[in-house]
Amino acid sequence: MSTTLSANQISLDQSIDSLGRVMSSPPPIKRARSGPMADRIFGWLAKGAALFTLAMLIAILASLTISAWPAIQKYGLGFLVSTQWDPVKEEFGGLVMIYGTLITSFIALLIAVPVSFGIALFLTELSPAWLKRPLGTAIELLAAVPSIVYGMWGLLVFSPVLSTYVQQPLQAAFGGVPYIGALFAGPPVGIGILSAGIILAIMVIPFIAAVMRDVFEVTPPLLKESAYGLGATTWEVVSQVVLPYTKAGVVGGIMLGLGRAIGETMAVTFVIGNFNQLDYVSLFQAANSITSALANEFAEAGEGLHQAALMYLGLVLFFITLVVLSLSKLLLAQLKKSEGAKT
Amino acid sequence: MTTGDSLLLAAATEEARLGKYAQRKLVNRVVLTLALAAMSFGLFWLFWILIETVRLGFAGLTFATLTQMTPPPNDAGGLANAIYGSFLMVMLATFVGTPIGVMAGIYLAEFDTKGWLAVTTRFVNDILLSAPSIVIGLFVYAVVVARFKSFSGWAGVIALALIVIPVVIRTTENMLQLIPAGLREAAYALGAPKWKVILSITLKAARAGVVTGVMLAVARIAGETAPLLFTALSNQFWTSSLSEPMASLPVTIFKFAMSPYENWQNLAWAGVLLITLAVLGLNIAARVLTRAR
Repeated sequence: MSTTLSANQISLDQSIDSLGRVMSSPPPIKRARSGPMADRIFGWLAKGAALFTLAMLIAILASLTISAWPAIQKYGLGFLVSTQWDPVKEEFGGLVMIYGTLITSFIALLIAVPVSFGIALFLTELSPAWLKRPLGTAIELLAAVPSIVYGMWGLLVFSPVLSTYVQQPLQAAFGGVPYIGALFAGPPVGIGILSAGIILAIMVIPFIAAVMRDVFEVTPPLLKESAYGLGATTWEVVSQVVLPYTKAGVVGGIMLGLGRAIGETMAVTFVIGNFNQLDYVSLFQAANSITSALANEFAEAGEGLHQAALMYLGLVLFFITLVVLSLSKLLLAQLKKSEGAKT
Repeated sequence: MTTGDSLLLAAATEEARLGKYAQRKLVNRVVLTLALAAMSFGLFWLFWILIETVRLGFAGLTFATLTQMTPPPNDAGGLANAIYGSFLMVMLATFVGTPIGVMAGIYLAEFDTKGWLAVTTRFVNDILLSAPSIVIGLFVYAVVVARFKSFSGWAGVIALALIVIPVVIRTTENMLQLIPAGLREAAYALGAPKWKVILSITLKAARAGVVTGVMLAVARIAGETAPLLFTALSNQFWTSSLSEPMASLPVTIFKFAMSPYENWQNLAWAGVLLITLAVLGLNIAARVLTRAR
């Protein structure tokens, strides 16, 4: 701004000079007390902060890769399919943890998706208006409870109940049945894959339910009212109008929940049992997940291969969540775009 | 076809139609009942967790919990050093993280809403918002702890600050976007420079929302355990030096709850109660604050 001004001034002065008149130069432009400099600095600061966020992601990826390098070099991608995890003999493979993470997240989604759908349905279509707000808040508060509370409650309160009232009856009923019985084998102590999955489900229900509620409310009322006007029942409106309209958003919400479940640490660490072997398919078996292996072993791991292998696990975890969350974002953005096009 | 026949036919179709209608109504009723059941299912867990936390927490909570240090197994003691450590680290992390988060939020809302940098930053920020917090811990371990060869309170502060930033960015941006453009234009028309318009007009108008964001961020990090496990570690004694390992409430709870000692478990319940009350209190306060507007 100021440079262009002074250039103008110079050319003006010259033209006057060429006419041969003597004129005093115009008074200098009075500078505002905080001139464009302050504006520019402020802009830089803001931009710097935004760049900082980008740099954070890159720095996380880079530092994890560098720290994990010894393990990456030694095992390569074979790390992902080896079940050997022996810190004493310095043999490391991550399949047990990766399997534990994926299976517990899968169980969590199996429970959480229908329940969240029901909650979102209740909140958008069924609940009386005066109840909507308090119930929505209650569900959101469930999301705010720190994960360590879930973990401790899961270990000391929930797992004994699960053992007595769910696992033992299940074992008694299906213990002798071939194939299905194998799912319920093992000690029914309330700690293991099943209880980790259930606790994770309780934790991700509020996230998925909140997203589903929000996307359901995006559906234009005109569409819904037209369907109601043709005599459709509430369920028909939801399943034939709302769901097709918000498909992408619903899947995005589920992915968001999946991302949360995969990355959850404390709640899983308390109840999964931290058992580094993969011998049984039983849901009652103690197992391990990436996050709980990190939480339990990292602080004690000596520098060297053990730590590098744990870093490798962390990198795998970050990569999986990165992919899942990116998908979730893209799907939710797609809904937003179509909303913009149609209204 | 006689009139009687056509009447019979009409009655039959009518009956089929009614039957279909009854069936549709039944399906509808079943689904809505299931929705009600799902809602109760969700609330059931919330209440069960809260009731158990309050019951066992108050049983373990005494005056000594707030004044004495963490004890060895089977000895009397409290959580004073852990509470202090948590308080200090959360406060410092908020002070470090908030300005960066607010500035980045300002950038996204006021400087560059559609450019590539804004789009990328928004995307990355949303991912960081839900990224596993234990990975943040690993990152800070690799960058800070491994370099200085010691677990420290500062490392914990940095880890928590990195979690604060995305939360604050998100709320700041959303709140600034709610401010009507007319307000900005009026300020510009009076000759105010951009930084002044932002700081003393838009940011001021969005104050309540931004404060809410900071409160939610505090609530989030107050309960975070994973990023502290290998940054601040833990400490059985009182320390106010941030360059030493520092106790925090969540890590102490983790250690105590997994132990077989009853007095440790009781203290863990008391700690869980304190954290839950603080976090839920902050969340409810944040909600009240935004609703009042």
